[in-house]
Amino acid sequence: MSATDQTFSAGEADAHGHASVDVTTLDAELIERADVATSDVAEYATWLGDDSLVLGQRLGELVSRAPELEEDVALGNIALDLIGHARSLLHYAGSATGQSEDDLAYWRGEPEFRSLHLMEQPNGDFAHIIARQFVTAHYLFELYSRLRASADETLAAIASKAVKEVDYHRDHSVQWVLRLSLGTDESRRRMLAALSDVWPYVDELFRDEPIIDRLEGVAVRPSTLRAAFDAAIAPVLVEAELEVPQGFTASGGGRRGVHSEHLAFLLAELQVLTRAHPGATW
Amino acid sequence: MTAPGNSATEIWPLWEVFVRSSRGLSHVHVGSLHAPDETLAVRNARDLYTRRGEGVSVWVVPADAITTSDPDAKGAFFESPSGKNYRHASYYSKSEGVKHL
Repeated sequence: MSATDQTFSAGEADAHGHASVDVTTLDAELIERADVATSDVAEYATWLGDDSLVLGQRLGELVSRAPELEEDVALGNIALDLIGHARSLLHYAGSATGQSEDDLAYWRGEPEFRSLHLMEQPNGDFAHIIARQFVTAHYLFELYSRLRASADETLAAIASKAVKEVDYHRDHSVQWVLRLSLGTDESRRRMLAALSDVWPYVDELFRDEPIIDRLEGVAVRPSTLRAAFDAAIAPVLVEAELEVPQGFTASGGGRRGVHSEHLAFLLAELQVLTRAHPGATW
Repeated sequence: MTAPGNSATEIWPLWEVFVRSSRGLSHVHVGSLHAPDETLAVRNARDLYTRRGEGVSVWVVPADAITTSDPDAKGAFFESPSGKNYRHASYYSKSEGVKHL
């Protein structure tokens, strides 16, 4: 938690506790580095930053709507962790073109987003949220674990910090997968339905794009994460008495800016205030 | 009837949370929360009570496992010590010449 909370508490609060959003700061290690990404590295950082931003925004929709107060806070914490990762990654991505992380988050259109389709899928019921978290947290954990060894020091630094947080997200999702699948008939029915609805989008997480060939040693080749991902989820599925769903594979295309019908609506909500009041602070 | 999830108005059990803020200090009661079992109670406690770096260790205890003194019996329980200053070590004057006190 420390990363995002420090980020958001860094703003100067007045006597009434109002924090000014525009004075929140990124981690010192990022500012001090002041590295400028090459365009290929920026594209890769945009991939990962957009994944975190879109998933964080989806989870943010649940604030005040989770089934229990405690779970509301847990999911809100996870959303804030992800937004923190997105800020770092998009800050770095923007360094290639002189744009800020806010420029990239609020002023790009849907075709310019590079997030995976799984991240933008609507929340659905609690089992669907958990199924999506189960997949994304395991994927992000394997990804950041490997990215810590990137030849790009900024990406490696971001990954080192993020991996500890997604490790907790992983644990959170595993706890709930076990409880839902081994709970009541109703919770198991929902868990099975959620897993089979989420699974068509899993394949896209591990698809290579041409840019990966140019980033050898810098980026993690997505296809090489599949074995570690499968190995990590296998014991959980066994304990939960679940099986990897069989079925169709979604077309994907998020890395090339081709999205499902859901992203535009998510971005409209994310961007509406900034676009209505450009430059506003509060 | 009492199986989890069978009642629409079911409430998760209550847990009391104790957090140790740093090594060498004792765990201090910080509040309570609801959770379906002890494993999730610890995780909920982590999310609710340590998100600003407050702790290095968390305990959770089922609230109904705590036996408390009776609030209506405050008199019988706690008033007896008042007026009995001699129960404090400082009540006694030190004899002359006694060292290391």
